[in-house]
Amino acid sequence: MTEMVYGTIPVRDVEPVLPKWWRTIDKWSMTCILTLFGVGILLGLAASPPLAAKNGFEHFHYVQRQAIFGGVAMVAMMITSMMNPNLVRRLAVLGFLAAFVALMLLPVFGTDFGKGAVRWYSLGFASLQPSEFLKPGFVVVAAWMMAANHEINGPPGMSWSFILAVVIVAFLAMQPDFGQASLVLFGWGVMFFVAGAPMILLLSIAGLVVVAGSFAYNNSEHFARRIDGFLNPDVDPTTQLGYATNAIREGGFFGVGVGEGQVKWSLPDAHTDFIIAVAAEEYGLILVLIIIALYAFIVVRSLMRLMRERDPFIRLAGTGLACMFGVQAMINMGVAVRLLPAKGMTLPFVSYGGSSVIASGIAVGMLLAFTRTRPQGEIGDILRGRGR
Amino acid sequence: MTRTPLRPLARILPARSKGENPDAIERENIRLRHEQMRDKSRMRAEGRLLVLGMFFFCAFVVVGVRMGMLSGSEPSEPRASAAGASILTQRADIVDRHGRILATNFETHSLYAQPQQMIDRERAATGLTEIFPDLNADDLLEDFTGKRKFLWIKKKISPEQKQAVHDLGEPGLLFGPREMRLYPNGSLAAHILGGASFGREGVHAAEVIGVAGIEKFYDKELRDPARGSKPLELSLDLTVQAATERVLYGGMKLMNAKGAAAVLMDVHTGEVVALASLPDFDPNDRPRPPTEGVPSDSPLFNRAVQGVYELGSTFKIFATAQAIELGLVNADTVIDIRGPLKWGRHRIRDFHNYGKELTVSKIIEKSSNIGTARIAQMIGVNRQRDFLGQLGLLETVPLEMIEAQGGRPLLPPNWSEISTMTISYGHGLSVSPLHLAAGYAAIANGGTKVVPTLLKQTGPQYGARVMRPDVAAASRQMLRRVVSEGTASFGDVRGYSVAGKTGTADKPKEMGGGYYKDKVIATFASMFPAEDPKYVLIVTLDEPVETSGDKPRRTAGWTAVPVAAEMIRRVAPLLGLRPEIEPARIAGITLTSN
Repeated sequence: MTEMVYGTIPVRDVEPVLPKWWRTIDKWSMTCILTLFGVGILLGLAASPPLAAKNGFEHFHYVQRQAIFGGVAMVAMMITSMMNPNLVRRLAVLGFLAAFVALMLLPVFGTDFGKGAVRWYSLGFASLQPSEFLKPGFVVVAAWMMAANHEINGPPGMSWSFILAVVIVAFLAMQPDFGQASLVLFGWGVMFFVAGAPMILLLSIAGLVVVAGSFAYNNSEHFARRIDGFLNPDVDPTTQLGYATNAIREGGFFGVGVGEGQVKWSLPDAHTDFIIAVAAEEYGLILVLIIIALYAFIVVRSLMRLMRERDPFIRLAGTGLACMFGVQAMINMGVAVRLLPAKGMTLPFVSYGGSSVIASGIAVGMLLAFTRTRPQGEIGDILRGRGR
Repeated sequence: MTRTPLRPLARILPARSKGENPDAIERENIRLRHEQMRDKSRMRAEGRLLVLGMFFFCAFVVVGVRMGMLSGSEPSEPRASAAGASILTQRADIVDRHGRILATNFETHSLYAQPQQMIDRERAATGLTEIFPDLNADDLLEDFTGKRKFLWIKKKISPEQKQAVHDLGEPGLLFGPREMRLYPNGSLAAHILGGASFGREGVHAAEVIGVAGIEKFYDKELRDPARGSKPLELSLDLTVQAATERVLYGGMKLMNAKGAAAVLMDVHTGEVVALASLPDFDPNDRPRPPTEGVPSDSPLFNRAVQGVYELGSTFKIFATAQAIELGLVNADTVIDIRGPLKWGRHRIRDFHNYGKELTVSKIIEKSSNIGTARIAQMIGVNRQRDFLGQLGLLETVPLEMIEAQGGRPLLPPNWSEISTMTISYGHGLSVSPLHLAAGYAAIANGGTKVVPTLLKQTGPQYGARVMRPDVAAASRQMLRRVVSEGTASFGDVRGYSVAGKTGTADKPKEMGGGYYKDKVIATFASMFPAEDPKYVLIVTLDEPVETSGDKPRRTAGWTAVPVAAEMIRRVAPLLGLRPEIEPARIAGITLTSN
């Protein structure tokens, strides 16, 4: 009777959120990310006390902060990874717009913390770097535009995304923050590549990069000095690179022991850009190789999972996020071992930094959301005889 | 993108004829095309994603391998943190003409404090004041307890002091190695060497820079790393310099002078063999420049180089030499010396009345102002100025020390005929004793200009000819007679026939307005041996008074000449000059054979 009056309770044919999440999430990658975060806290214990001592805080002040921010980042990552791709796209586009406005307003309200580049908003208890949040947002928006290009009668999304990338790069270069600018450009390039860039265009872009690089070398003193320092085979032991190299050598295979390292006392950026040197000195090559393996695993596994993906948007966005994440880690470590010219870039999840770790958490959350196992129409393929 | 028509009529037309809705077919067509496109792009993307994955894998492997290679290599010796701003500490030695050390370097330590590392600040402060009595315990304690993180305590400390500080056992007191400049001969040749002090300073090293004298003049050369340890060879002779200073000091005391200067110079090479100025100082502990009083009374003042004085009658020989050179007179020409000689409102007098007339030779011998002034009148303004200019008396001497620039001659503002007349006997033109040495050297070496130098020379340097050799020889004969018969009779050193000329000039008042009656500059300009002079020696005493007689005597013949004579007696053998021994009377020859 009740049912006749009120109608039947609709049967929810939707799988509950958490079980579905647990079933479809890339558990291996997530484990790696959590491990990386743990390594970051461990290295923070080693690398940040000198900074705390210098700024007059108690020993593990920065470790506590990093743990709090990291906790927030982990929660953000989990929540993001539970969303479906459409929701992720919607929120990311909104976030991108907010971050873009924040980036444009930086010259007005931003602060440079005496470092010469206006990149931050000072919030009192913490600082906020809009470009960190802009990067994942940009990847999603660009992927959306490129995917739209694949639709019949779709808009010219490729050109739109390229124009957007150029505008953002211009804003970042104005700060100046060439590191983030090159990351954005790289992210766009990778997505363009996967979206099916013509080979001729790729080659000509490579040529353009060479030209632009030599132009920057000839016109920017800052840039030229970095490159010269890199090309010079004798590393001056009093530079940051010299200290980092020496620290890696001191560490050897098994490290000098926990808390015994010296490099953190001499390097001002030991807790951010050169944290890998601290890791190498105190824990030796073993931990460094573990860290490298974790990053490589996350990136390569994500890319492999994306190979199966049929939705162009998800494929492109996932590729952009994974590659940006991987290349940032690679550049950071490549600099420390003098494979690449000196460029300040944080090691995602491991380096200290509030904005950095939360933004990385959100980005990786999106990546996990995109790499979740979902039906790809294999049955249909088989039925139509096109299955493999 | 190639556009295939969206409405393939082949299916649309039959469908329309059957009454079906063609839109469904169109949608179906679009879906198929889309699926086809998607599959194609997925295939391509699969390949490219694989490439990307390979790229990242390889890149991470490269980073890992590189990391492993670095870890496996030996750590390089960490260099001192000061290496970036490296401070060159080396400084070449300075030696005399025989290679004896005049200035060298010495390892020592500096003492600095890092108060935040101190354990017992009070004990450190009191302990330091016990070791260094010139420090103030209260000031030190204030520094140690204040906000400063670093402070210098002593720039140079001895090994004993270092040990004593070390024994305090205070970890906040630290030592930095220092290379300091050492002058092992103390105040010998102090004015020439000048001194050195620290320039840029770090904890691990400090620059030693010259602050005066030849140390400053050759600062860059001495510090040049390319120089290696090659020492700077001076023309000085350490033993001669020591004897000169010793005799000059004794003479200055004996003659109650307040200052004295001596220049001994080789007449052929221009090498300054000895150069002394009293009072002097110790370059190891160079005094601060005086902030009050007359700078020329400071021990830092180099009277031989920086001090310009009216050197009196020593200038007379230049007038006579030029007159002979010009053919106006010869040594035996008789000149009217009746005085006083009036020119405008000026009156020129002689020290004594020497009668009505004298020969040129006698004018020099007796030192007659009137006679010289008359000769100068014959020469005229322009010719005299040119001649003195050729001798180098009108511009600074390019000696290799920074103070030489200060010895600029004082010329009369308006070089009129009366200036010519007074300059001929050494008034109205102020030059340094070094200038005078250069002028006399030209007469001594046969008539060529000489530029004094402090660097060891390899051979004689003959400049432009300023007078004929026979004129120089005649002048030397006159100068010899001044010593053998004239005003400088105390200067006759047995065995070394000395030639020279005395000069006693009243000192001008500092405030201007005339001359002191009882303050003189007494000078003896000499050369030896007279027949073929090798050296010139200038001795100048500032305000000497010789009091052995009834009334105080101030003339150079009584003051500067005996000092110079003693000096020649002492240094001539050191310079390798043999005294002329008068041949003993030949004993009568006795025929011994029978």
